[in-house]
Amino acid sequence: MKWFRADLHIHSVLSPCGDLDMGPVRIIEEAGRKKLDIIALTDHNSALNCEIMSEMGKKAGITVIFGVEVNTREEVHCLTFFENLESLKKFQQFLDSSLPHITNKPEKFGHQLVVNEKEEILEEIDKLLIVSLNRSIEEVEQKVHGLGGIFIPAHADRPVNGIFSQIGFIPETLQIDAIEISSSASLSQMLNQRPEIAKYQVISNSDAHFPQQIGKRVTEYFMESATFDEWQKTLRKEGDRKIRIV
Amino acid sequence: MKLKDIIETLSLRVICGEEHLENELTGGYCSDLLSDVMGNSQEGHVWVTIQVHKNIVAVAALKELSAILLVKGLMPPNETIKAAIEQGIPILQTNETAFEVAGKLYNLIQQS
Repeated sequence: MKWFRADLHIHSVLSPCGDLDMGPVRIIEEAGRKKLDIIALTDHNSALNCEIMSEMGKKAGITVIFGVEVNTREEVHCLTFFENLESLKKFQQFLDSSLPHITNKPEKFGHQLVVNEKEEILEEIDKLLIVSLNRSIEEVEQKVHGLGGIFIPAHADRPVNGIFSQIGFIPETLQIDAIEISSSASLSQMLNQRPEIAKYQVISNSDAHFPQQIGKRVTEYFMESATFDEWQKTLRKEGDRKIRIV
Repeated sequence: MKLKDIIETLSLRVICGEEHLENELTGGYCSDLLSDVMGNSQEGHVWVTIQVHKNIVAVAALKELSAILLVKGLMPPNETIKAAIEQGIPILQTNETAFEVAGKLYNLIQQS
């Protein structure tokens, strides 16, 4: 086993708030420069750039995990991850049917672009992606786990859109695989403020919206290989696998 | 002022907690962030919100609020109602928006 460097919260040009430089070519290039072994693309409420990112990652020797940053009805941002295209596509259908139709105003919120390997625009998404789904945090969690995915409340320390700000505390019935703290948060401070998170695995990522932010915060995983399966086992603390925020 | 007075005057629906309508009201608080409600609401307040997640019941119980008032005709899921019955927290409902009902509540409580 060895340590693998991972940044599992990155936005592309599909997120309205993602910089227009956040195309797959640039993201992979920057991930290589930051010596990341694993990255995940986690656009708001959509997975439509995941497949191309994964293909480009393969060519560059970087594992790309399929992800989405979901905004639940309570406006809690949650990271969701999937092992294969089949489950990702099913989750995309769930997202499409759960996202209310509010039209994006690109001049206000930014463009929402699906692109190809040359970073050419294939589609511009009309529905605003940053709004909340009409599904509760429990419904999203159950859907993700039903598809064999991973469910992690995002940036839990933040004063908005974090699980604590929105719903006060983690409901006992919610099955979470880990909890994410934002790139600027300190784990020891967070443990002081919220001692209950000690019972969860805590990870941290960059939440990059601009290329230079990629790898700004990294979590390292001690495991067999840079795969979804190994990462899932590490979150479950199987064997000698372990996690450290660096 | 008692809970039953505002229910009658503002024609609120009682989703659960009929046995607690004698609760005294000391004021109200309007917010959808539960961390904010935990930090700033006061005992005896009626809490006006669009949040229906079952954690609202725990927050209301913790802060000893007199009731939760859901706006825009929002229905809480069953697990929220179940928790509210267990904890003895009345859940009320109106079709009005938070802005409209909070304005009326404010005036009623000021006059009492």
